[in-house]
Amino acid sequence: MKTIGNLTITTPSDREIAMSRDFDAPRRLVFEAYTRPELLKRWLGVFGGWSLDVCEVDLKVGGAIRYVWKGTGGKQMGMSGVIRELVVPERIVSTEQFDDPWYEGDAVGTVLFTEQGGKTTLTMTVLYASKAIRDAVLESPMEQGVAASFDTLAALLAKSA
Amino acid sequence: MTPERLDATFAALADPTRRAILKRLASGEASVTELAEPFAISQPAISKHLKVLERAGLISRGRDAQRRPRRLEARPLAGATQWLEAYRQYWEHSFQRLDAVLDELKALEAAPPTPRKRRTKR
Repeated sequence: MKTIGNLTITTPSDREIAMSRDFDAPRRLVFEAYTRPELLKRWLGVFGGWSLDVCEVDLKVGGAIRYVWKGTGGKQMGMSGVIRELVVPERIVSTEQFDDPWYEGDAVGTVLFTEQGGKTTLTMTVLYASKAIRDAVLESPMEQGVAASFDTLAALLAKSA
Repeated sequence: MTPERLDATFAALADPTRRAILKRLASGEASVTELAEPFAISQPAISKHLKVLERAGLISRGRDAQRRPRRLEARPLAGATQWLEAYRQYWEHSFQRLDAVLDELKALEAAPPTPRKRRTKR
């Protein structure tokens, strides 16, 4: 388990990555912020010049999700999904497929909202199509050991650039 | 970098032996025999790993025809690490903004409801 700030990453199975983060708000509000388009537009992927331009959430089982982000210089990134399971305000399971996919097949995301003492833990588990893809996603510089080995490589990259 | 290329890079990076090989090559080119030395596996097994790395474009062969040294190719790795860093940043930045949105929602709830019409003084 790795904690970065208060973002925690775990691997519940060999095809999954789970991220967990605490929020200082009741889960009713966290759930709203996670499912209401006008609120989502204010935070989901909104940084570094990106805006969530299109945000549609048909909040029901079988309902469609559509996000389109716009970046500087006309860059665009879209993602579509379908809600598979829904328990308000506890749990959402949905598929996710990027318009310009970097992995094969759909990924399935499960988001759980648990509340304790007025604080909410949001746990997002993404199930990937294969172990190789999952492992690759995990090999992120956020892991200390890997970060160290990547540092060596980064130094080399700087030299060869 | 194309999604197919990124896939090949990630699949190649998903193995600890292959990552160790890349780390070794980061400090300079090496022959297959030299690369096999620190590992408790056979030279054919190392060759297999090298083939995967080569296909992913992460390593190439040096000019010395006798030793056939392998060397690290930096560019695909740079593409992969860039993507991974973006993934981490995506969620950290998003959640920081979500914190602010939640603070605002809480404040709205805590505030006494604003009456639609001010009561007129008589």
